[in-house]
Amino acid sequence: MAEITLQDIIKEENLVYKKSKVMTDNTLSYCPGCGHGTAHRLIAEVIEELGIQSETIGVSPVGCSVLMYNFLDIDMQQAAHGRAPAVATAIKRIMPEKYVFTYQGDGDLAAIGTAETIHACNRGENITIIFINNGIYGMTGGQMAPTTLEGMPASTCPFGRDIELMGNPLKMTELVANLAGVYSVSRHSVHTPRNVRKAKKAILQAFESQKLKRGVSFIEIVSNCNSGWKLTPRKANEWMEENMFPFYPLGDIKVDGQLVTK
Amino acid sequence: MEKELRLMKGNEAIAEAAIRAGADAYFGYPITPQSEVIEYLMAQQPHKRTGMVVLQAESEVSAINMIYGAAACGRMAMTSSSSPGISLKQEGISYIAGAELPCLILNVVRGGPGLGTIQPAQSDYFQSTKGGGHGDYRLVVLAPASVQEMYDSVELGFDLAFKYLNPVMVLADGIIGQMMEKVELGEQKVRRTPEEIIKQCPWATTGKPESRDHNIITSLDLVAANQEKFNIKLQAKYKEIQDKEVRYEMINCEDADYILVAYGSSARLSMKAMDILRAKGIKVGIFRLITLFPFPSKQLFELADKVKGFLAVEMSAGQMVEDLQLAVQFKKPVKHFGRFGGVIPSPEEIADALEQKIIGG
Ligand SMILES: Cc1ncc(C[n+]2csc(CCOP(=O)(O)OP(=O)(O)O)c2C)c(N)n1
Ligand code: SF4
Repeated sequence: MAEITLQDIIKEENLVYKKSKVMTDNTLSYCPGCGHGTAHRLIAEVIEELGIQSETIGVSPVGCSVLMYNFLDIDMQQAAHGRAPAVATAIKRIMPEKYVFTYQGDGDLAAIGTAETIHACNRGENITIIFINNGIYGMTGGQMAPTTLEGMPASTCPFGRDIELMGNPLKMTELVANLAGVYSVSRHSVHTPRNVRKAKKAILQAFESQKLKRGVSFIEIVSNCNSGWKLTPRKANEWMEENMFPFYPLGDIKVDGQLVTK
Repeated sequence: MEKELRLMKGNEAIAEAAIRAGADAYFGYPITPQSEVIEYLMAQQPHKRTGMVVLQAESEVSAINMIYGAAACGRMAMTSSSSPGISLKQEGISYIAGAELPCLILNVVRGGPGLGTIQPAQSDYFQSTKGGGHGDYRLVVLAPASVQEMYDSVELGFDLAFKYLNPVMVLADGIIGQMMEKVELGEQKVRRTPEEIIKQCPWATTGKPESRDHNIITSLDLVAANQEKFNIKLQAKYKEIQDKEVRYEMINCEDADYILVAYGSSARLSMKAMDILRAKGIKVGIFRLITLFPFPSKQLFELADKVKGFLAVEMSAGQMVEDLQLAVQFKKPVKHFGRFGGVIPSPEEIADALEQKIIGG
């Protein structure tokens, strides 16, 4: 049998996966195993598939994903910590025909930016909010987040989150689902191919629903922070399944403006 | 064409000016003594008049970040507030300066610190002219002294903001915001089309076409050397503003022995004080600051050769006087007279202060 060379394999018919042209060639700044990169890729693929690269404006947060604008080849603004929904509100109101999304961590969206999140959702801004919940402040070195689970250690609760001292973890997603201005809410993860496919479908629907002008589409992605959690990538994903998912269950929370009853 | 004259409050005049200037957006949060700005806008329904977006935000923090979002799309965006609300906006203002975005911010100053009072004051001079938020940045600061100047500050402010890609602050006070005067209104300008905006602001996040790289609006650069380079560029911009954009008015300074230096309401009150003193045979002139940054340091330095002394008149415990002292550089005595915490000085008090602190002192 003749020897097969690399050139024989790199052919159009053998192509199973290609980097989205909406992703730039810049190297991601994330830790190996981190969910942020996968979430970025899904957004890029959705923008490419919908053919809306020239019509999409993204807003990056303060957090590990602050540099998202270097990774997505679309016009983007970097917002102050927690203020992305206010920034996105203005962009969308000024250019209602554009697709506008925010991408925010749990500290950004559910602590310092609580007011902006709730009010943008309640006003029913026609935007997509992608909420990356890793239960910790990744960027600043693993401090407690509003979403840190009971008993979960972080650098500002080294003995684990004590509810009496530190209050309860916040289910921001369930909270915004109850607001009249919110059209769809679902919770996903990006740690297995199956979950990635589901998350991508939700992101696609969220962008499409901006055309309907029915309000906010809110997608939470429960993600890992292996550095902050001080676990290997594989262990972090296992820990996420065992501990995060029971408290932050995956699935639809609001569909077509109706709360899903379980 | 016949002039269009109207009797208006300063706050209403600036709101009408924003609509007529073809502004694209206003975002604000109510606070006395400037709530008439958003009330007037809402009553005018500018979305019907010109397509301008007006939104009452959930806080001043949110409002200034909406301004960031709109300005980053190349839009003419304006916000207004009064002292405590302006304090809340400072992080956002710093981001806007750091991202080099144009916008207009009105501060109708009230007495502080803290919740202070709702009465007029000029005690936010330091905050406006020295930065206010974090980092080495400057605002262009305009100080209107009449309702007409409130109106005119919109076009001038937006012109400067877009020319220098820098936030511009209109620093008024409760008197200018609340008092009614005759205003000559300008013509309604047509708002720029999206195509015109893209042409004027090629840096704006208006959606990336195939033909250009993606536009990024950010104030972040994690490499210290790059951040320093950027800061040097900012400083060069402020120097250019200092060289080119100083605005002031000199009233009766030709023969004057003494100069009252003031801005806004204090300048109006000083006019009466000047009349009182001139009636007594004391030759007094007024140097009215129109831009607070850039400060007319050179002009005051030169004027110091021709006069015997300066009195800074301001409704604060002494803020602008520091810039005056720096400008005059000990050539002549510089003293301060102020009432503050919401108290408005009388012209007689100002006249007395000049006689006692400068002539007698
Ligand atoms: C006003 C302000 N406060 C605090 C910070 C510091 N800070 C930067 S990122 C961050 C938390 C980020 O956590 P999260 O939003 O969960 O995102 P992650 O990094 O985990 O993706 C904090 C507190 C800041 N930059 N600005
Ligand atoms: S610190 Fe955590 S959230 Fe940040 S890149 Fe690393 S793993 Fe991801």
